[in-house]
Amino acid sequence: MLQDILVTGLVNGGVYALLAIGFSLIFGVARIVNIAHTGFYMLAAYCFYTLLTRFGIGFALAGVISVIAVTLLSLVCYRLVIEPVREHESAVLISTIALGLIFQELMLFSYGGNFLGVPSTIEGMVRVGGVSIPYQRLLILVVAAVMLVTTWLFLYRTRVGLAIRATANDLEVANLMGMNVHRMAMVTVAFSVGLAAIAGVVATPVTSVHPFMWLDPLVTMLAIVVLGGLGSLKGSIIGALVIAYVEAITVFTLPEGAHLKGAIALGIMVAVLLARPEGLFGVAFEEER
Amino acid sequence: MYLLRRAWAEARNEVFVLPSRTLVLVWAAGLLLLPLVYSDAYVLRILTMTCLFAIFAASWDLLAGYTGQVNFGHALFFGAGAYGSALASLKLGVSPWLTVWLGAAIAALFGYLSGYLCLRLRGSYLSLATLAFPLIGLGLLFAFPDFSGGELGVSGVQRMIVGPVANYYIACVSMLVVVFGLWLVADSRFGIVLHAIRDDEVAARASGINTPRYKLAVFALSAAAAGFAGALFAHYLRVAGPSTLEVALSFQVVIWGIFGGVATIYGPVVAVFILYPLTEYLGSFKQFGELRLLIFAVIVLLVLLFMPRGLAPWVRDKIESQCPRCKQRNGTWRSVCRLCGAPLKSQVTRSERLVSHQ
Repeated sequence: MLQDILVTGLVNGGVYALLAIGFSLIFGVARIVNIAHTGFYMLAAYCFYTLLTRFGIGFALAGVISVIAVTLLSLVCYRLVIEPVREHESAVLISTIALGLIFQELMLFSYGGNFLGVPSTIEGMVRVGGVSIPYQRLLILVVAAVMLVTTWLFLYRTRVGLAIRATANDLEVANLMGMNVHRMAMVTVAFSVGLAAIAGVVATPVTSVHPFMWLDPLVTMLAIVVLGGLGSLKGSIIGALVIAYVEAITVFTLPEGAHLKGAIALGIMVAVLLARPEGLFGVAFEEER
Repeated sequence: MYLLRRAWAEARNEVFVLPSRTLVLVWAAGLLLLPLVYSDAYVLRILTMTCLFAIFAASWDLLAGYTGQVNFGHALFFGAGAYGSALASLKLGVSPWLTVWLGAAIAALFGYLSGYLCLRLRGSYLSLATLAFPLIGLGLLFAFPDFSGGELGVSGVQRMIVGPVANYYIACVSMLVVVFGLWLVADSRFGIVLHAIRDDEVAARASGINTPRYKLAVFALSAAAAGFAGALFAHYLRVAGPSTLEVALSFQVVIWGIFGGVATIYGPVVAVFILYPLTEYLGSFKQFGELRLLIFAVIVLLVLLFMPRGLAPWVRDKIESQCPRCKQRNGTWRSVCRLCGAPLKSQVTRSERLVSHQ
C-alpha cells in the first residue's frame, strides 16, 4: 500500500503540476483567472482520442497534432473572447466560465456523454520494489518532469521568459520598459495551454474521456494554485505534490476515501490559507490601489 | 379618496418619471397578476423556479457585487438551506412553514463560518477558496449516505402548500419581498459601507469602520437569503439533492450576476428572468435540447462582448441619463433635469458647463 501511495501520488502530482503551473502563469502575467484552463485539457484528450481511434494515426503524431491544435485554438479564443473585455475583470471571468461550458457542450453534442477509453501508449509494466508500475504511468512521470524542466528553462534562461517574469512582477513598469505586454500575455496563454494540452494527452490513457472530465481537475488545480500561492511556480509544484499525496493517502487508507479525497484535499487548502492567507509561497502584496 | 390621490401623486412623481421604475412596477404587477389570466402549470413551474433563483442571484450580488467578496461557492448556502430545511421537516416532522426559516438560519450560520474563514483572504484567493467550501460539503454528504441520502439526496419532503398557483404565489411574493429587502439594505447606510469595503478596504478601516464585522454580517445576511431560496426550492421540488451544492450552480449564479450587472441587486434578477426561462424554453425543443447550455453560454459571451458592465446597467444608461449637477437620474427624453433644472443635453459648450458648476 505504501508503494501504491508513493507511485499514485507522484504520477497524479505530475499531471496536476502541469495544469497548475499553466494556470498560475496566466494569472500572474495576464491577471486572467482562466476557468477554461482544464477545458483545454479536455479538448486535447478528445482530439487525441479522435486522431487515435478514428484516423488511426500513431501515438506520437496524434499527441503532437492535438497539442498544437489546442494551443492554436486557445490563441483564437483569447483574441476573440478574452481580449475585447480585458479591462473588465468580472467579464473576463465569466467569459472563461462560458468558454469552458461551450467546450463541454460541444463535446457532449458531438461525442455524447459516454466514457471513452484510449488505449495505453505503451503496454506492459515494470516491477520496482514489489509494486508493478505500468509504463503509461512512467511515461506520464517522465513527460511531466521534462515539461517542468522545459518550463523552468523557458522562464529563467530565455529573453521571452525574462519578459514574462517581468510582466508578472509589475505589468505597468514592464510596459514602460518597452516590453509588449499584450504579446507577452498571448505567449503565456499559448505556453500555458500547451502545458495543459500535454497533460491531457499523456493522462488520457489512465483516465477516461468524457465531457465532464474538466470539472474535477479544475477544482483540484484551483486548490493547488491557492495552496502554493498564486503566481508562484515553486508553490504550484509543491502544492501539486501535497494535494496529490493527500488524495492518494485518503483513497488508500480511509473506507469512504474515494468520496472524501476532494473534501480532505480542499480542507487542507483552507487550513493553509487560514495560517498563511497568501499561500505557501505566495508573496504578500500590499493591497493594490 | 385623499389616500388614493396621494398614492397617485406619489406614483406619478416618483415612479412614472423614470422609465426604469415604471418597468419594475409593471414587472412586479405582471408577476402577481399572471396566474389570474394564464395559469398553465408548466409556465407557472418555470416561473416559480425563476423566482427562487432570482432570490439566490440577488443574494450573491449583495456579497460579491457590493462587498467585493466574489464568492465562487454560493451554492453552499443554497444547499445548506435546502438540506437543513428538508432534513428538519422530514426527521423532526415539523411543518415546512417553520423549517424554511430554520434552513435560512442554518445557511446564515454557514455564511458566518465561511465569512470567518475568509476574513483574511482577498480578491482571487477568496474566490478560489470559497469554491472549495461546497465541494467539501459535497464530499461529506457522499461519505455519510445514511444521514444525507448520498447521491439521491433527501426525497419525499413535504410541500408547503398544494397546487401550482399557490406555490407560484409563495415563490413570487417571497422573491419580491426578499429582493426588495436586499435592495433596501444595499441602498441604506449599511450598503454605502459595503461599497467602501469593496472599493478600498484599507481606507474604510482608516475611517473607523469595523470592516471584519461588516463582512461577517453581509456574509450571514447573503447566506440567509440564499438559504431561504434553497429551502423553498427543496420544498417545492420535494427533494434536496447534491445538485444544490454543485460547482455548476455556483458558476451559474456568477454568470447570472455578472450578465445582469453587479452591484445593482436588480441586475441579477433581470438576468435570471431572462436566462432561466430562455434555457428552459430552448430545452423544450427536441433538436435544441442538447444544445441548451451551449446556446446559453454563447448568448452570455456575445452580450458581454457588447456590454461588459452587464445587461441591466447598459439598458438603464440607454433609457435614462444622469444629471451632471445633482446626480439624479432622468428619462432620456427630458432636456432639463426634473429636480434641479440643469440642462441635460451636451449641446452646452464646455465653458457654459464650467460656469454652471460653480
